[in-house]
Amino acid sequence: MNGFEQALTTGIEGGTIILYPALGELIGERAGVVNLGMEGCMLAGALSAFAVGAITGSAWLGVLAGIGGGAVVGLAHAWLVVKRHADQLASGLVLWFLALGLTSVLGANYVSQTVTPLPVINVTGLSAIPWIGPIFFEHDSLVYISYFLVPLIGWALYRTRIGLVLRATGERPEVVSVAGRRPELVQMGAVVLGAALAGIGGAQLSVGYVDNWFDDMTNGYGFIAVAVVLFAAWRPWLVMIGAYLFGVALAAAGVLQAHGIEVNQYVLDALPYFVTLVALVALGRSGGSRAPEGLTKALTNSS
Amino acid sequence: MKRKLNHWSRRLRLTSLAVLAVALSGLPIASVASGATTEPWAKATTVGFITVGANTDEGYNEAVYSASLKVASDLHVKVLRAANVPETQQVTTVMQQMVDDGAKIIFATSYGYQSYAYAFAKSHPKILVLHQGGTYTSKFPANLGTYFGEAYDPVSLGGMAAGSVTKTNKLGFVYAFPIPQTVDNVDAFELGAQKIDPKAVTYTVATSEWCDPLKQKSAATALISEGADVLTQHQDCQSTVIEAAKAAKVYVVGYHYDAQSLDPSGWLTGSEWNWAPLYESIIKTAQAGKFTGSKYNANFIGTFASGDNPLQLAPFGHAVTSAVKTKILAAEAKLKAGGSIFTGPIYCNNGKLLVPAGKVATPAAINQFTCFVKGVVG
Repeated sequence: MNGFEQALTTGIEGGTIILYPALGELIGERAGVVNLGMEGCMLAGALSAFAVGAITGSAWLGVLAGIGGGAVVGLAHAWLVVKRHADQLASGLVLWFLALGLTSVLGANYVSQTVTPLPVINVTGLSAIPWIGPIFFEHDSLVYISYFLVPLIGWALYRTRIGLVLRATGERPEVVSVAGRRPELVQMGAVVLGAALAGIGGAQLSVGYVDNWFDDMTNGYGFIAVAVVLFAAWRPWLVMIGAYLFGVALAAAGVLQAHGIEVNQYVLDALPYFVTLVALVALGRSGGSRAPEGLTKALTNSS
Repeated sequence: MKRKLNHWSRRLRLTSLAVLAVALSGLPIASVASGATTEPWAKATTVGFITVGANTDEGYNEAVYSASLKVASDLHVKVLRAANVPETQQVTTVMQQMVDDGAKIIFATSYGYQSYAYAFAKSHPKILVLHQGGTYTSKFPANLGTYFGEAYDPVSLGGMAAGSVTKTNKLGFVYAFPIPQTVDNVDAFELGAQKIDPKAVTYTVATSEWCDPLKQKSAATALISEGADVLTQHQDCQSTVIEAAKAAKVYVVGYHYDAQSLDPSGWLTGSEWNWAPLYESIIKTAQAGKFTGSKYNANFIGTFASGDNPLQLAPFGHAVTSAVKTKILAAEAKLKAGGSIFTGPIYCNNGKLLVPAGKVATPAAINQFTCFVKGVVG
């Protein structure tokens, strides 16, 4: 495998860690709720997944626990924002801090334990395709699930009734209300579902990718996910491209250095942010997708 | 939430301290340095340890934690601990809290604590502050000391172990920043490896973080795919790189802590901190009221040659043959007798002469190395 393929392969795996919370954020924001606490949801997911994985020996039970861990933080955000009308940005940040502190304390005993990771599965037939095979089809199952999840979410949002209601809630909740649906329930559901997806992202990090737990191990990647959604203009395919671009640029930094190609270290650090930003701004321009109206309102009213 | 409360109580405390400081500044206070027997921390019974990471990181912070346990049982002192304290104003809060709880001696053990530790020492002349890993460049206050170990000597021994098993002649090194401490380690590792395998080349990847598992994993993967069959690191948390090496069935040389249990078949050896003897020596000196003016009231570096290096060679793994062990132990004995891995001629990887033939680099020069030696890629 040459360096280029290596960067792409590692990039897909790392990018998946950002893809899940980004898809989750997309669903929440389409329903009109920003969750800046994605980082916290990821941490809760990563720790729950790792703890359950370490105790039971099953990484899959860990992933289920990760979904639960993320969802619990999401539920708190949904309750605060939707039921108690708390400021969206403040609630998200407070929950991030809370999750950071709680997971540091609860996770102290798990630091440097090991877990049997999710197995890497080579997809029969597909992994033999030259070039494409190793890059896309030699990963753990959470990566494969995300391949299906992106079109599924796109389809659900734009081609189904529930998707229509969700998007309508994000635009004009009054209309949804008049149509006999309860916008509050829709928003709560969307936020919890989004947070559960962030929990999977955390699980992919702790039991899928690095097989470790460290406090604050997400290191800001949850915020990257939120940013990716914004720059991808709330479109699932662009979110996927953004997440992968970030992952690939991050991996490329390692590959370039290991190859002995001299690039300033700090330029390499900035690379993932720069590449993702530029690409999404360029791609996001076309197509005329815009911010859900409810979201704009929520954000301009807060402060 | 607790942090917020702490924040407020800290504010109150700081305010009262500021008032106190202003009140005292007008008074003629006798110089603390003049009376060694009246050092305020003499007979101290409470000691604080502050760490930046988790007590169980199988790395830098666990080494401090283990030593603090030993200090408590050996010296029968009360030990206060605070883990996961970020390198921000928060470390000041924690130090203040420890003082309130009776601590007279505080060990601030992360490199990034230095500015806070120095400021705290200045504002609290009756508290003895020790900073791990930093260097203080001005005239030392009576109540401040920095300390560390000469890391590069044991690291060079780990390099020898790496050179003895590599089949590809490629070694991988994951580090955070090219600070002198790290540059020294990378250079020593490569020079050690060359002693066994003259063709050994060390490939390096910087992560710009002391502990970011995602970046560590991609760094390790990149190095392995480059052909490296031994990995080592200068990171605070070492298990991600070890797990990656284990999965790829390549060897590892550890740093900070004996992590053999994580990967018994791939573990070669490493450098592990044994801080307890140094901590105990510092505390005893302070308890005896003899700290000010002692070797610890300065930038103290323990070395192999002086027999007080807190960094030691970690136990060998199964993959190291007895012939290699003998060679490494012989090299260790030579270092302990006053030898140095930085004995010339040594060239930078850009061709510049680093240490002339027949010369041995002084510790002061080594602490200012900025170039990787010939044989290091990066």
